[in-house]
Order: sequence, then C-alpha cells, then structure tokens
Amino acid sequence: MMMAEELRIGVFVCDCGTNIAGFLDVPEVCEYAKTLPDVVYVKENMYTCSNAGIQEIMDAIPKYRLNRVVVASCTPRTHEPLFRKACEDAGLNKFLFEFVNIRDQCSWVHQKEREKATEKAKDLVRMGVARARLLEPLEEIEIPVEKSSLIIGGGVAGMTAALSLAEQGFEVHLVERECTLGGLLNGINELYPSDRDAGALLDEMREKIEGEKRVHVYLESEVDHVDGYIGNFSVKLKGKSRDELKVGTIIVATGAQPYEPMYMYNYDEYENVITQYELERMLKEKKTGNWQKIVFIQCVGGRGERVRYCSRICCMNSIKNARLLRKLLPDAEIYIIHRGMQTYGTVYEEYVRKAREEGVRFVRVKDGIPTASSLEKRNGKLAVGFYHPGLRRKLEIDADLVVLATPLIQREDAKRISQLLKVPLGQDGFFFEAHVKLRPVDFATDGIFMAGSCRAPADINECMMQAMAAASRAAIPMAKGYVKTEPYTPTIDEERCMGCGVCVEVCPYGAMHLVEKNGRRVAENIPAACKGCGACGSSCVHRAISMGHFRDEQIMAQIDEVVT
Amino acid sequence: MSFEPKIVAFLCNWCAYAGADMAGTSRIKYPANVVPIRVMCSGRVDPEFVLDAFEKGADGVFIGGCHPGDCHYVSGNYRTRKRVIMMKKLLQEMGINPARLRLEWVSATEGKKFATVIEEFVNEIKELGPSPEGE
Ligand SMILES: Cc1cc2nc3c(=O)[nH]c(=O)nc-3n(C[C@H](O)[C@H](O)[C@H](O)COP(=O)(O)OP(=O)(O)OC[C@H]3O[C@@H](n4cnc5c(N)ncnc54)[C@H](O)[C@@H]3O)c2cc1C
Ligand code: SF4
Ligand code: SF4
Ligand code: FES
Repeated sequence: MMMAEELRIGVFVCDCGTNIAGFLDVPEVCEYAKTLPDVVYVKENMYTCSNAGIQEIMDAIPKYRLNRVVVASCTPRTHEPLFRKACEDAGLNKFLFEFVNIRDQCSWVHQKEREKATEKAKDLVRMGVARARLLEPLEEIEIPVEKSSLIIGGGVAGMTAALSLAEQGFEVHLVERECTLGGLLNGINELYPSDRDAGALLDEMREKIEGEKRVHVYLESEVDHVDGYIGNFSVKLKGKSRDELKVGTIIVATGAQPYEPMYMYNYDEYENVITQYELERMLKEKKTGNWQKIVFIQCVGGRGERVRYCSRICCMNSIKNARLLRKLLPDAEIYIIHRGMQTYGTVYEEYVRKAREEGVRFVRVKDGIPTASSLEKRNGKLAVGFYHPGLRRKLEIDADLVVLATPLIQREDAKRISQLLKVPLGQDGFFFEAHVKLRPVDFATDGIFMAGSCRAPADINECMMQAMAAASRAAIPMAKGYVKTEPYTPTIDEERCMGCGVCVEVCPYGAMHLVEKNGRRVAENIPAACKGCGACGSSCVHRAISMGHFRDEQIMAQIDEVVT
Repeated sequence: MSFEPKIVAFLCNWCAYAGADMAGTSRIKYPANVVPIRVMCSGRVDPEFVLDAFEKGADGVFIGGCHPGDCHYVSGNYRTRKRVIMMKKLLQEMGINPARLRLEWVSATEGKKFATVIEEFVNEIKELGPSPEGE
C-alpha cells in the first residue's frame, strides 16, 4: 500500500478590497488559519481573483509544495472555476481546491457585527480546511456530443438560428407548430426602422431555409417529450410529424404574443378600437378607412398596468404606423398619447424627429397614470379623454380610430416547454437566462439556449442578434464534439452493495442500473447520464455509495468542525 | 451572556445557496449563528448528516432546497420533504425537539426570504435553548 501523503494546505484569505476586510478582521482570520492542522501557508490577498492574487496562488503551490488549496473569499458559484484553473495551471489537480464563502454569506450579511462575523469566518475556514484534508484528485468526465440541434419555434429567431447552425455544418431540426414559418412576422406590414416590407424579408428567409439541405422543417408539429442531457438529447415530436430525433443541443425560440386588452378602453365593445397588431393587418391588406382623427394610446396594459415591464417595441411601432398613415391620409390628425416614448439607441430618436416634422402630434401624459383616462362613444366618434399636464386640464379628442399599443407577453403554453426541458421562467413569464450579463442566451442547464421574444420582448434586429448568439453558443460543444462534466458521480462499493435497487429507483436520470458481477447483482453507474445530484448516495442504507467530491466523510468532516 | 445557538445549514447549490448569496449581494442582514454547508441538491442530505450534526452539538439544523417543481435534479426536493418528516419523528423519539430541524424552499432570487427564515429559525432555537445533545 502507498504511504499516505503528507498534507500541506495553503489558505488564501481575500480582503475583497473592503468588501470583506471592511466588516471582519481578516488578519485575525489568517492568524487563526495558521493554527489549524496541516496548514503550512497562509496569505492575505487584497483581491485573490486579481491577476496578482492568482499569481500568488500559482507561486505558492510549488514553493511550499502545497497539495491542498483553500480560498476564503466570495462565492464558488462565480469564482470556483477561476481558482480551480489557477491550481490546475500550477500542476495541482483542481479538485484539491476548496472554496470558503466569507463574503456573500458572511461579511456582507453581518456588516454591523464585526466580532461575530470574524468568529463565523474562522468557523467557516476551519470547516473548509477540514474538508480540504479529505479531498481527492478527480478527473472530469468526457461526454460525446451529437452534432445536431433542435430548434423549437420557427419565427425570425428560430429561422435565423437554424440558418446560422446549418451554415456551420450542423444538422438542424426546426419544429414549428403552425402551418407556416415566420411567427409574428406573418402579420406585420412594414418594418421599422428600415420601412422594409415584412413579407419580402420573410420570403427571403423562407427561401434560404428551403435551399439549406441541413435544415429539416417540421410544420404543424410540436415537441412531445425530451430526455437526456447535453450532447445526447432524445426528442419525440407530436402532431403532423411523430419523428424521434437525437440532438446534441436545443434552442428555444417560441416567441411571444401581443396582449389582448380585454375590458380596456372598450376594446371588446367598439369596432374602431383596435390593437397595433390588427392595424398591421389592415395596412398589409390595404383595408384602411377614411379616418380623420387617429389616436395611438401607448403602454396599454404595460409598464405597471397588467404587466410590469416595458415591451420595448410598441413605441417604435406606433411611430412607424403613424408615419405610414400620415402618407396615406395627408389631411388626418394623428396623435400619439404616451407616458414617455422609449426611443432608445442610435436610430430611433431620429425616427421620432421625422414623425414630428411630418405632423404627428405627441402628447405626453404623466408617468404612473393611465395614458388615457376615458374612452366613450359619442356622435359616432370615439371621445378619448386625458389629462394634459402641460395645459393642466382635461382634454378630449373625438377620434375615428383608436389604436392600442399592448405589450408582448409570454405565450400561453410556455409553461409546458419550461417543464418539458426543465428550464425556468422568470418573474414576468419569459424564459430566464443563466446570468443576465455573463450568459445572456444560455439556460442554466447545459446545452439548452434561447433567442428572440420568448426571452423578453425584442425587435427583429435584436431577435436576429440573439439567434446568432444562441447558434454560436450551441455550436461550441458540437464543434468540439465532447463536453466535460464534473466528476460528482457515485462510486459503488461492490462488497457492500446488496443489489437492492433503491438507488436505481431514486435516480431521476436512469443513471443507475443493476448488473451481474461475479455471480452477484450489484449497482453500476452510467457517468454520461449521471448529474451527480447525490440522491442515490443519500438513499443507500447499506452505505455502498460514495459520491465524488461530496463523500460522506468530506461532509461529515465539515459538520465535525461546526462546534468547537 | 445570552445563548448563541450554533446552526448548520445544508444548502443546495442551485437555489438555497444561491438565495443565500443573493441576501449577501443585497446586503440583507441576518444573525451570524448559521454556518452553511453546500451540497449539490437538498436530496444529498443524508439523515446521517442531520443526526451527526445534533450529536456533534449543533442546536439546530436547517435544510434549504429549491421550491417544489424547481429542483435542478427534478425530484430531489420531494425526497427531502419526505425525509424531513421521517427525521422529525426520529428526533422526537430521541428526545430532540423536532422544531430544531427546519426545511425551507428558497429560490436563487429570494435573498430576502432566506434572511427572514434564518432569523425566524435562530429566534426559535434561542427560545428552545441549547440542544440536549450538546451537553
Ligand atoms: C404589432 C407588432 C409590430 C411589430 N413591428 C415590428 C417592426 O416594425 N420592426 C421590428 O423589428 N419588430 C417588430 N415587431 C416585433 C417582431 O415581430 C418580433 O420581435 C419578432 O417577430 C419575434 O420573433 P420570434 O422568432 O422571437 O417569435 P415569433 O415571431 O413569435 O415566433 C415564434 C414561433 O414559434 C412558434 N411556437 C411557439 N410555441 C411553439 C411550440 N411549443 N412548438 C412549436 N412551435 C412553437 C410560433 O408558432 C411562432 O411561429 C412587431 C411586433 C408586433 C406585435
Ligand atoms: S442502494 Fe446501495 S445496496 Fe442497493 S443497489 Fe444501490 S448501491 Fe447497492
Ligand atoms: S448522483 Fe443522481 S444522477 Fe447520478 S446516479 Fe445518483 S441519483 Fe442518479
Ligand atoms: S437542486 Fe435544489 S433541491 Fe435539488
């Protein structure tokens, strides 16, 4: 038997500027760490995650022959990969690294209790060092990745992603519920800010898709069932196509729908009160009337009324159609009643200026109150009442047509997709990204991405950018041909295993099965399917299962140190 | 000096631990009596760990997981829920007040909720006094 190696633990305690050092006594924590068994080196860093801090870890490992590294700083959820990499680069297996969270779960939440925060930080370091002693070197598991992608939803976003992936050489399965591709774009007349015909854009995209042999389109079909994990999803379709597909990655591009303003501004009562989407259709089909006064009402149901958010596209959309109507009906009066136009970016402000020059009248009402206070039918006209804050009195416009700008909202069955793929919806009902800044088109689940208005209301330009981003993200594991996953998988002690099958039953991923070995039935793990959740490990009463990196002994060592 | 309990909190990586981090990001205060132990899923918390913690002198054990339906591993938290009911019975038999074991669902965005339930739990344990196992 090999002799147990001598433990040499290095502890790095981070000041995080004043984020940690401002609220607890870092030098005292360092002094304390030095007293812990097997700790041979302790260093206080201003910022452990800075280049200088990382260098200090990398220098100390060979210099002090460290074989375990503990960093006490922020949170493993953001910084573990960085410190692990520093260890790896310095020749230490990265699973011999241990993270201690003394910022997010200590200094930041006990800001007025310096002493208690210092004591807690010492406890946490002691627990971390105890665990570090029992860490073992591990190797990541490599899983092969199927070079094909499933895209759910064939709107602008889905089509763009499909084309991008196909051009990179991957097979694409594009599943669309309706009988035609295009989504919302099918109902739109012209597009801001280019004033380009929406139908022409759509035709162009459809043609490209038809010409791309790697894109397989399934119309009038939906996803029925999804199984598996990154690299190896099995998908069953329902509807017109019942194909079974094998894909490596999935992109969700199911879009959104315009909010129907039921019971708002008599929408359900009067024919001449319509939504933006209905106006688009009228313009497209050239069924406009000889209207003399037209009123656009912004933020109907949006920004705090029925939904909290700004739908991003409606301001530009109303301006677009106001200008179009201006051209069609040169004598008409056109009003846009709004609570502050959201004309962000480089081109849209210009768009508003042009509309003003052409005679579209903008009326700004106060934020926080409904844009119009009343709407009544009077002498065949629609009397739109609102309070004009500039004139400080109530005004009324007798309109022939009222157009309500309602927000885009999540589609009704998004919940089903969310459950099917086990991916979350956020507070406002849209699909929720893994990190708003660092991973804006990824789901937290590996191998699943999102693009377009299913993520949040977006215009076509934004939908396309996101679709290209999602396609690039999905291409990474497919181009590599494999992914690595963390080795948090179970090891089975075949002497102890009684073949009872409890672990097979509890595993949500079918990653445990029973096999015959030396004439006995014993459990065996399938690492490529295993997610390392530990359900099996905590269920085996015969204690035959040892979880990688979360072994019973490692966790109990932490528990042992809670109370001194 | 007033009684300062020691509480072990097993937090699942995807929800409760992230929620606890969120309390930090939002600088929401809560008592310093709780030390977290990160596990990948609440379903990893072996009954042995809970018993061990009480044996070693913890005054309370907290388990934090994802809301029902949100477990990163589909069903881990349902298992935890069943297990906690069973554990509470066992603790009762052992003469440990079952209120010393607490299960809560905390999502990654619920920093406020994390702080609130921890504060409640710490106060409750303070009222119960030191765990009989501790002596
Ligand atoms: C009135 C109006 C005017 C607009 N004007 C402009 C404009 O001038 N300029 C501009 O840039 N943008 C404009 N937009 C915004 C633009 O139309 C959308 O941002 C864009 O079309 C959204 O594309 P998408 O692919 O994300 O979603 P969608 O177009 O909604 O496509 C999603 C597709 O997925 C399908 N689908 C959904 N769920 C499933 C499922 N479970 N299974 C299978 N298929 C499914 C749907 O049937 C649909 O075809 C306007 C929007 C509206 C409402
Ligand atoms: S639960 Fe334990 S004893 Fe039963 S089959 Fe699985 S590993 Fe073997
Ligand atoms: S760790 Fe989880 S996913 Fe892996 S075999 Fe055990 S129960 Fe299944
Ligand atoms: S991952 Fe949070 S309870 Fe399972």
